[in-house]
Amino acid sequence: MPVITYREAIRHALDEELARDENVVIMGEEVAQYDGAYKVTQGLWKKWGDKRVVDTPISEAGFIGMGIGASMLGVRPVMELMFWSFAYVAWDQMINNAATIRYMSGGKINCPIVIRGPANGGTNVGATHSHTPENFIANTPGLKVVCPATPYDAKGLMKAAIRDNDPVYVMENTVLYGETGEVPDEEYVIPIGVADVKREGSDISLIAHGRAVITCLKAAEILAEEHGIDCEVVDLRSIRPLDEETIIESVRKTNRALCVEENKPFCGVGAQIASLIQDRCFDDLDGPVGRISAVDAPAIYSPPLEKLQLPYPEQVVQKVLAMV
Amino acid sequence: MKPSVADPEHHIDPTDFAQAEINKSLSPETKIRLLRDMIRIRRFEETAGKHYNAGKMGGFLHRYDGQESIAVGCASLMGAHDHMITAYRNHGHALSVGMSMEECMAELFGRATGCSKGKGGSMHFFAPDKNYWGGHGIVGGQSPLGAGLAYYVKYKGLKGSCMCFMGDGAVNQGAYHESLNLAGLFDLPVIYVIENNGYSMGTSQARSSVYKNCLAYRADGYDIVWDLINGWDLYEVRAKMQIAVKRAHEESRPTVVEINTYRHYGHSVADSKAKVYRAEDEIERFKQHHDPIQLWRNRLMEEGVITEAVYQELDKAAKAEAVASVDFAEASAYPEFEDITKDVYFEVDEFTEAGRTGRHFFND
Repeated sequence: MPVITYREAIRHALDEELARDENVVIMGEEVAQYDGAYKVTQGLWKKWGDKRVVDTPISEAGFIGMGIGASMLGVRPVMELMFWSFAYVAWDQMINNAATIRYMSGGKINCPIVIRGPANGGTNVGATHSHTPENFIANTPGLKVVCPATPYDAKGLMKAAIRDNDPVYVMENTVLYGETGEVPDEEYVIPIGVADVKREGSDISLIAHGRAVITCLKAAEILAEEHGIDCEVVDLRSIRPLDEETIIESVRKTNRALCVEENKPFCGVGAQIASLIQDRCFDDLDGPVGRISAVDAPAIYSPPLEKLQLPYPEQVVQKVLAMV
Repeated sequence: MKPSVADPEHHIDPTDFAQAEINKSLSPETKIRLLRDMIRIRRFEETAGKHYNAGKMGGFLHRYDGQESIAVGCASLMGAHDHMITAYRNHGHALSVGMSMEECMAELFGRATGCSKGKGGSMHFFAPDKNYWGGHGIVGGQSPLGAGLAYYVKYKGLKGSCMCFMGDGAVNQGAYHESLNLAGLFDLPVIYVIENNGYSMGTSQARSSVYKNCLAYRADGYDIVWDLINGWDLYEVRAKMQIAVKRAHEESRPTVVEINTYRHYGHSVADSKAKVYRAEDEIERFKQHHDPIQLWRNRLMEEGVITEAVYQELDKAAKAEAVASVDFAEASAYPEFEDITKDVYFEVDEFTEAGRTGRHFFND
């Protein structure tokens, strides 16, 4: 099976969907002639031309809103945010318009739009460029949130997002763009709302999304090799819709759960998962549900400190050792 | 300055807009229909206001009385691929594109038979089957959506446009300026219609905006053709808007028009200072001398198209229709509790595989 990068996997998904549906349009800052600020869309403008791959001005409220309007009539825009942190200048469009027009029109309208881009810290770019808004978005009925951790998932979920008839906000990760993984040449689509057990285990469930999944997998290896602890790693893949059954099944098997995320702790994704587990697995638990989130402050610039602000494998190892 | 109507190729005599081709071709029946449509809006709003004050509906009620010529005039120019979107003062636009008083009134009453099944309320009427895309509550928030509707028209190679309405307060929102830049840059067939009633809620134009010449003139900075329209003259609204529609259809270029108008009532019915920030004699003056319905009625009588009796009949019918719409609303059921979580996700509503995969709603 070919091994490609996370970045290439997304690109392949975009390319294949451009070929499949003439209504799919890629739009965003520097996505066309510049080949993408993070090279996700590299080569697509050259292949598909001005009509299908469109450079926009730095004007998120304007172009995101324009994409939402176009989607109401049947264009299927895939909008790139250079950083998800820039979503905040388009917040009214993304939250007030895309999420509610279907509802407020009594179901007469839907917005088949994808908004995608990196949503992560860890790259020393300071607080304004390091936001992780998956919890905000997942808090909004009408929206879907997808956070792929691997090249395989990134491609399959992106294709599902583009084919979905509701607004799907896909949060990628610049740290993962260069990571490689096996991705088949054959067509496949990963349904949104299905979690994936990335590693089977029996002692504790590590429940994560996005890059935190990779962190958990590394921690699980250390725990297995050095401490004889067998971790199961559950990758949520999408936050909303959420695959609750896979989480519950895992916790019922391991009887312990640790939620790991790069989100901030307050009302973070882990809080929702912890609430679910206490509700559905109370009698199965051998101890309280643990949580690891980003250290609760704006993203710090200082490179060695930022490493410590986000969850890292050794931190997960220590937390697991304290829990089991 | 380059107001579009001054362009000689349009052959419009600015002293007599009735002579514009688009108006000369109006049949007497159509002229009467335009009068009827304006009266229907007036009577709908009056009736809604009465029942709002009686506590029959919640939320806000932003009445359109005094501005009817704009929605009716613009809607009368719409063809198969011309779309309309507006802000929260949207009842007039909804009725102009052909939505029924019944579905609109039922929406105000929060009933399941409302145009949005009681989920949108006063500010959020929609009828995509009539090319009507709402009804938007956030000032200026609809302006990028209008650009997007026009983007579709252009993307599909259709001869069409999107008329995107807003109040004079919206011209200071960033989203509007971003939309103008995009519309100009991408050659979008969008027409931004500033319905200038002089007040952004309780703040006068002079206290809310700095501008040169007029608010529409800001479009000049985006190299977009603009124009000023006297909103109390239905002929002028149609004549000048038609130029913008033609520009959208034939050149795929945007236009900004500013239509001067006046709202007879407050920003909303709950506007406690409606008669404080506007002098009473100003309100009276506009009602007396600038009421688009009375002016159109007078015009049609001068032209011999109608008699006073015809006008009275139209008015009587509109009143009766409004009263009947209240009866319809009051006889309708409220939405069921289960309806709260319907119409959130297309995929869930349609029972697709995507809609059945994973948990979408998080109550017990």
